[in-house]
Amino acid sequence: MSVRRVPDSVPWRLPRGTGRAVALLALLAVAPGAPRPASAALEIEVTSGVRDPVPIAIVPFAPSAPADGGLDVAAVVQHDLEGSGRFRALARARMPAKPTRTDEIAAGSWKSAGSDYVVVGRVSALGGGELAVDFDLVNALTGARLATQRFVGAPSALRNAAHRVSDVVYQKILGVRGAFATRIAYVAVEGAVPEQRFQLIVADADGANQHLVLESRFPLMSPAWSPDGQYLAYVSFETKHSGVYVQRVKSGERRQVSARAGVNGAPEWSPDGRKLALTLGGGGGNPDIYILDLTTQDLTRITDDPAIDTEPVWAPDGRSLYFTSDRAGSPQVYQINAQPGAHPKRITFGGSYNARPRVSSDGTQLAMVTLDNAAYRIAVQDLSSGAVRVLSHGRLDESPSFAPNGATLIYSEREGERGALATVSIDGLTGLRLKAPQGEVREPAWGPFSP
Amino acid sequence: MAENASMRRVIIVLVAAAALTLGGCAAKQPKPAPPAPGETSEPAQGAGAGTASAAAANPDDEAMGPQAGLLATRLVYFDFDSAEIKGAGTDVVAAHAKYLGAHAATRVRLEGHTDERGSREYNIGLGERRAQSVRRALLLQGATDTQISTVSYGEERPVAPGHDEAAWAKNRRVEIVYLTQPLPAKP
Repeated sequence: MSVRRVPDSVPWRLPRGTGRAVALLALLAVAPGAPRPASAALEIEVTSGVRDPVPIAIVPFAPSAPADGGLDVAAVVQHDLEGSGRFRALARARMPAKPTRTDEIAAGSWKSAGSDYVVVGRVSALGGGELAVDFDLVNALTGARLATQRFVGAPSALRNAAHRVSDVVYQKILGVRGAFATRIAYVAVEGAVPEQRFQLIVADADGANQHLVLESRFPLMSPAWSPDGQYLAYVSFETKHSGVYVQRVKSGERRQVSARAGVNGAPEWSPDGRKLALTLGGGGGNPDIYILDLTTQDLTRITDDPAIDTEPVWAPDGRSLYFTSDRAGSPQVYQINAQPGAHPKRITFGGSYNARPRVSSDGTQLAMVTLDNAAYRIAVQDLSSGAVRVLSHGRLDESPSFAPNGATLIYSEREGERGALATVSIDGLTGLRLKAPQGEVREPAWGPFSP
Repeated sequence: MAENASMRRVIIVLVAAAALTLGGCAAKQPKPAPPAPGETSEPAQGAGAGTASAAAANPDDEAMGPQAGLLATRLVYFDFDSAEIKGAGTDVVAAHAKYLGAHAATRVRLEGHTDERGSREYNIGLGERRAQSVRRALLLQGATDTQISTVSYGEERPVAPGHDEAAWAKNRRVEIVYLTQPLPAKP
């Protein structure tokens, strides 16, 4: 697990062009007629939690009305931390006081209220329309300040600042970088053939702040983030044929990078962002793994086997690929050097179905879909020991994707007629579910850390 | 999910309806990017100078096709994890092969599908394998290669909405789709 220290006092900025992005996104679907919202709220529910969550008090931050738009920063932080299953927050009604600075904290009173840590902070208006969020993380027993940090940005990015506060608190207390200020992409589907409606959506990791990236009556599949978080690659059948597309998320600008005869599928970015591994079927219809250089358009064939070879994903060092193949009869995961003529090595041996691999950012864990007691579930295999743990409990769980800190997986599950997204910590102890009120959401892809 | 939840609560999360779409509108309007050099973009683009004019016939539009006898049947079904044509499907494929052999300018698209079990891209592979199985059977019985294209939708376009064996059996299929635009006449 990669632990990266966040230096104290990292200023952040709203990425340029965010306002423009919304306008362009709307343009994509512009047509005369009554507009309606892209989609409705995702509900979040904590499905399990650790036995001994860390007790913490997140005191309401001093507001800066009206610039803060009424956003309750402390509430966002509380939702993040409690949602991780690792923390239990003190109810506001039980707080002995409402300090906003470290020197206002009477340490003993918080410890008696049951909190080991206290977070205090304030939002303040700077010149030029920007807001600052200052916060302190304090040891409730000793009164020692464990972290103090300031985030600066436009008011529209205040929610992102709250997630960054959560990231720092998570890291200071648990020693692992938090992944709250990250994004997910997923596919939402409503309706039945031939009136299906597919949407590619990007949202904050907590399901809030959804943006429609693309909409189609034909299937959209397999979204994959570029390592810099600027682009999505995905599969669209908009031409009644499969094609792989690359789209800049902010601007909506897109290009088709593969629409060859037969299957065009399963794009995954190389760690350097220059290439895509993908599946091509050719006119003969036999899917194999290829690497497409996005700059030169050069195509390199990696596998050549009459079996179905698909779902490639890069090892973090970029030297090899993991992929699914049924060359031994049933789907299993293999590893192959990312060079022509290389020979694959089988990685999974337990059970009759192991597919759709994903690798943790430190390269030690392989997540996949496994057939477990006649149900499709998410499992993680330790790549050094080979030990496999089944982490989910559904019947049709699929599409696991690691958070960039490697601590959590997001995947999709089916509950009756609805497909939902769910998360599980890689120790299997903590879970969350994000449900769409109608239709289904699936194929989540967790984006990288933002800079 | 396990019911031993030490915490259980529901939070309704805000949604910024950032993008507006149109109810009932016919899909997104992305600009089709030009294919990179060397790509064989499947829909033959060249037919007619008319670019995106709504009136221009798409060569991949669906046609009614022949309706006599078995030709009205366009679905071929498969067993779980199998691409073998069996039972009634054998006769259906034979009838279409015979028709295509006698109508050399007629084109079909074979759309392969799977049930919902298993991973999505792997199912794209399975659906393609089924479409190819039907393609080979058509070729063996009189159709020619230029008359046939294939696409796999995997589990993405189910016709039966359920989640049991009855629904799955209906979804494991190849659809034979007749296309409007014939092949150019041979000189």
